[in-house]
Amino acid sequence: MTIVKEMTLIEAENAIVEEFSMYDEWLDKYEYLIELGKSLKDFPEESKTDDKLIKGCQSRVWLDYKVEDGRIIFNADSDAIITKGIISLLIGLYSGRTPQEILSSDFSVVEKIGLKENLSPTRANGLVSMIAKIREIAGNNM
Amino acid sequence: MVVNEIRKQFPALSRKVYGKDLVYFDNAATSHRTQSVIDEWNRISAESNANIHRAVHRLADEATQAYEQARDAVQAFLNAESRQEIVFTSGTTAAVNLVAFCFGEAYVKEGDQVIVTEAEHHSNIVPWQMMCNRKGAVLKVLPVDDTGHLMVENLEEILSDRTRIMAVTHISNVLGLINPVEDIIRKCHERGVPVLVDGAQGAVHCKVDVQKMDCDFYVFSGHKLYAATGTGVLYGKRKWLESMPPYMGGGEMVGTVTFAETTYAPLPMKYEAGTQNFASAATLKPALEFINSLNDNELINYMDKIRDYLLDVFMNDERIDLYGVPRGTNKEKIPLFSFTVKGVHHEDLALILDKMGIAVRSGQMCAEPVMDRFGVTGMLRVSLAPYNTMEEAEYFVKCLNKAIDMLI
Repeated sequence: MTIVKEMTLIEAENAIVEEFSMYDEWLDKYEYLIELGKSLKDFPEESKTDDKLIKGCQSRVWLDYKVEDGRIIFNADSDAIITKGIISLLIGLYSGRTPQEILSSDFSVVEKIGLKENLSPTRANGLVSMIAKIREIAGNNM
Repeated sequence: MVVNEIRKQFPALSRKVYGKDLVYFDNAATSHRTQSVIDEWNRISAESNANIHRAVHRLADEATQAYEQARDAVQAFLNAESRQEIVFTSGTTAAVNLVAFCFGEAYVKEGDQVIVTEAEHHSNIVPWQMMCNRKGAVLKVLPVDDTGHLMVENLEEILSDRTRIMAVTHISNVLGLINPVEDIIRKCHERGVPVLVDGAQGAVHCKVDVQKMDCDFYVFSGHKLYAATGTGVLYGKRKWLESMPPYMGGGEMVGTVTFAETTYAPLPMKYEAGTQNFASAATLKPALEFINSLNDNELINYMDKIRDYLLDVFMNDERIDLYGVPRGTNKEKIPLFSFTVKGVHHEDLALILDKMGIAVRSGQMCAEPVMDRFGVTGMLRVSLAPYNTMEEAEYFVKCLNKAIDMLI
């Protein structure tokens, strides 16, 4: 993934929008998401507990985090690889940032890359749930 | 080719999705509608819209006639003894709920038993479970084996003096195998137990003769056999429909009404409370006419060829697990294939196939117990109709391989 943490959040979001715009075909975008999903670092099986499950997703998505130097480090997993790619994309943007930075984002990036309207309604709801969870974690760690 | 003539009757088939030709392989969820079905709904709505069975004016007469002609068409389709045994409902689910409720009220007491099978969809489990809970009765389950066949040999053991009714699917919407319902009915009848057959898939793929089958109830949905949504049929033997209490009250289901007492209308109106979905129900007639037109040897051979081709692919690909595997001849399988791919999530496959123009179903298919039986969280299902072509099947196989390669 091309996102580097030296970028500000807005720069990182813009970079993702640009990256996505390179692909005309949705199949290519899926390929990109699948690669992102595969690049997620291992999520320990013992951490796949119900309290880390994001509700509202059709496939199972676990989101875990820790706080280091005031920054939130996310890790996630899913049993479906495209969903895993989506959460990986979100983590790439928001992991390693302060709660203030995360909450400053309007998360419109998912609309800008056309992700939301190109997912099935159930998946789109799942995406909304993922974003809500990330925001909730940020809010709890202010 | 006959199939090309058939395709022309379905306007939905000519549309494109994401710039690609639509390949619609989700027919077990709902089929598309013929132009004749769409025309009939439009005709009634535009020209003959009036509430049925009550007014004497011209429009009411036309609407009533269309509705009642559909009943005659259903009677002929099922070879029911009488048109009074045909009750219109909003679908299979509503029909099962009606029987579960009304039969339960009349015949089920605390400690009694009801049998369903492990192959049922939720619509043929939950209404019975609700009735059992209400009555203090016990739900018993006839299991399926590893190939997806009902273990009919276990039935006699499960049947008891307390068994009041059995509900079984003609063809499971997941497994796609034609169940030996006549054998089951005979075994149940030997013990005095009536049987409801869920024909949601069966009515679409089999020639049903309720008198020959000797089922006590047969239910199906219109929208899966080319008619409008919100239509369904309950066939019931007269003796049951007469002896059960009505389901809902109101509208024209009455004889006379006073605040002291109400008597009920004769069959079938006793079970048709309120204003019926008459414009949609009337489309069952053109839909069944379409089904009758499919009795063509060339077409049947062609459909068998497609089924055999896909069955061969699913059974001989090591990456794929197929659920519902024929044991004897391929004839026991309808063109409905539920499967999983090792190491691949069903949703990912469905999402990618969608972008290739192919509509398939993924998930639990309203049949969680079947998923549990086979130890999976969900499956992918392709289900074909007579308007699907060999070219579509071949394109699907090509796309499936490509999607699997993307995901593994």
